[in-house]
Amino acid sequence: MQIFTNVNYNFIRWRWHALALSTVVVLAGIMAILTTGLPLGIDFSGGTVIIVKFEKRVEEQAVLNALASVPGEKIVQRYGDPQDNERLIRLPELVTEQGASLEQGARAVLERLRAADLGNFEVRSTEIVGPVIGRDLQYKGLLATLASVVGITAYIAIRFRFSFAVGAIVATLHDIFVTVAFLKFFNYELSLNIVAAILTITGYSVNDTIVIFDRVRENLRSMRRDALEQVVNTSVNQTLGRTIITAGTTFLSVLSLYLFGGEVLEGFAFTMLVGIVSGTYSTIFIASAIAILLSQRRKDAQGQAVQATADRQRKKRA
Amino acid sequence: MNKSLRWKLILILAVTATAVYAFYPPREKIRLGLDLKGGVHLVLRAHTDDALRLETETTAERLRQQLRERTITVGSAQLVDATSFRVDGVPPDKDAEFRRVADDETAAAFNRASGVNAYTFTLRDPVALQLRREAVRQALQTIERRVNELGVAEPIVAEHGSAGDQILVQLPGVTDVQRAKDIIRSTAVLELKLVEDGPAASREALLATRNNQMPPDMDVVPGTSELNAPGARPETVYYLVRKAAVVRGNDLRNARPTLDSNNQPAVNFQLNREGARKFSAATGENVGRRLAIILDGRVQSAPEIRNRIDTDGIIEGSFTNQEVSDLALKLRSGALPISLTYLEERTVGPSLGADSIRAGIVASVGGMVLVALFILLYYKLTGINAIVSVLMNLVILLGFMAYIGATMTLPGVAGFILTIGMGVDSNVLIFERIKEELAAGKGLRAAVAAGFDRVFLTILDTHVASLIAAAFLFQFGTGPIRGFATTLFFGLLSNVFTAVFVSRTLFELVLSRRSVAKLSI
Repeated sequence: MQIFTNVNYNFIRWRWHALALSTVVVLAGIMAILTTGLPLGIDFSGGTVIIVKFEKRVEEQAVLNALASVPGEKIVQRYGDPQDNERLIRLPELVTEQGASLEQGARAVLERLRAADLGNFEVRSTEIVGPVIGRDLQYKGLLATLASVVGITAYIAIRFRFSFAVGAIVATLHDIFVTVAFLKFFNYELSLNIVAAILTITGYSVNDTIVIFDRVRENLRSMRRDALEQVVNTSVNQTLGRTIITAGTTFLSVLSLYLFGGEVLEGFAFTMLVGIVSGTYSTIFIASAIAILLSQRRKDAQGQAVQATADRQRKKRA
Repeated sequence: MNKSLRWKLILILAVTATAVYAFYPPREKIRLGLDLKGGVHLVLRAHTDDALRLETETTAERLRQQLRERTITVGSAQLVDATSFRVDGVPPDKDAEFRRVADDETAAAFNRASGVNAYTFTLRDPVALQLRREAVRQALQTIERRVNELGVAEPIVAEHGSAGDQILVQLPGVTDVQRAKDIIRSTAVLELKLVEDGPAASREALLATRNNQMPPDMDVVPGTSELNAPGARPETVYYLVRKAAVVRGNDLRNARPTLDSNNQPAVNFQLNREGARKFSAATGENVGRRLAIILDGRVQSAPEIRNRIDTDGIIEGSFTNQEVSDLALKLRSGALPISLTYLEERTVGPSLGADSIRAGIVASVGGMVLVALFILLYYKLTGINAIVSVLMNLVILLGFMAYIGATMTLPGVAGFILTIGMGVDSNVLIFERIKEELAAGKGLRAAVAAGFDRVFLTILDTHVASLIAAAFLFQFGTGPIRGFATTLFFGLLSNVFTAVFVSRTLFELVLSRRSVAKLSI
């Protein structure tokens, strides 16, 4: 089968539209975050999460009523498949370390649930994160993401040329922002798993960027007469088949994870799905656009230099 | 079939066989993380300041004693904070002598600073650092002993974090988390001290008989009233005890559960030789007095010494069988040198662990099936090449992880699945290039060769970027995320081998038959 044979879509023509669309999405995300805050899971904000599986069906309100005497804020959510009767109980309040023990929220919740008339239940998992660890992880997560972006960009700068590296950085940052925006739109909170997915995307999104840049480098040698824009466009078209298919296969494998992988990894899988789509999109439109933009200036300067030399030589001959 | 091709095939088969041998049967050979096995993950902070305070207090006390012996009366010797203490009111005529005595006692570990008739002694930084490290090390050892006694298989007790004061404890398969936490955290300091006065209802009542002043060599310790009125709430009473303990926890040789004279659960403890000597002397000289048995700063009981006791003692109280067993365990493992607080706790129940494993397997198989269908559809028979190399990649990855004892976590399974998707990437690169070369008019075998050669560097480049990301992920993460970084990292590495070497060998195998003129691609 062959799709995309001898294609020649003019991607480059659409690059400004693409940049505009991206800007809109990213801005919308940033606005949403600025107004209602970035949803941080307890991994980063500290707090308690208990996942309880009831034997019979229990309404969220019933659980909340049972926990009425537990101090602090309480959130009860449905979790997993409806027939599993699982509920997620969350205590976002931070526990101060002096005197109070870390687990007193969890203990109080379990006591009240046992005392209430909600039937048998099983504790599937508990997570209690103190504020110290939460802050620590926030810091480490941010650092790791930045370090990863810097490391990868450095690698591209070395292997290709600097303007390409800038294009790659912009594309990667774009992917990170778009992903976080979508996480906000779909109400996922940042957890350790999701940050891990974001880090993976920084590596992945650069993959197809590299492939295209590789092709551009090759074509620059053979298409000397053409403008850089043309070379880049041709390269993108030539690698289009490969770009779409690998994005497709990775998307399929992550889709399987999203559908069958269970609740725990749902956030991770969703992040990867968004990241893969955004990564492909950003490679085709954004990385190439930035690379052209930056190379353009140098080409103009070079062009002027070549022109100046030619002028001088003509004057000499004249 | 030519010779080099045969050797290549043998190599591939050998590698596959080794990998399978390494991870089969998977139930035994592959280490599972807590999120797949069930268990508890704890992070504790070690309050190393406690160790510094103890050193400062002990040194101050020793200095006080030395000054008393030499009849140098000072105003006061008080603790300023965990690392320094101050001596006020040094008589000017005894100044030189004081300094000599002080230096004898403190110069090794403390810096001396002079004030107006006063001196401040501060613990030296390198000494403080050493004490902190030592305290954490001791705490680790004690916790390890306790965890081992709990009977947990393959526990992890290790230093954690960059500040040097966090301890990580992982207990796979533990279901009674509360008990495990109590046992780990309890300081379990046992002291036996002679009772001067008490029990009394309040501190003031005790001190009233001594001019409301605390004698320097004594202390007031709370305890529970021994009045066992059935149903009555236990009340707190106070004892005035001698500060210096007759016997401490580390004088114990053994501790085990037993029954007291009322057939209630109690702990019997046996002293080692040195402890027995001290105990025997103290009990012999103090018949008729009470001896307070103090656990973690609370008086458990204060029986009257009837006669000289040599080696054994009994700790009574209103204990349950479980409490007695746990207390004996804690005493056997030794006291913790510092206090600990919990910073993080994550528990996964065994049912969730099993469900996660199942979900992981289903998702992996599902991913493999989806990708395989897609590849076969697009690349037709050549797609089999890609599928074989991806499968081999997974096998090698599993084998390698089993071999190095890496832990498989739920995110690790996600990394596994990602490797499927990303692994195929390399094959796609190669196939697309081969198609291009064929379209450009190259012969079959030449096209294949050109495809592999041209693409090799690109494959390396794409892998390096993800490898960099995986490396930082490993740095950032603990536990489950590290599992993910590990699978991703090794999956990518082995992918270079399978995508290039294995895939190419398969091509050569197919093309080695002269009858093959066209590639189904």
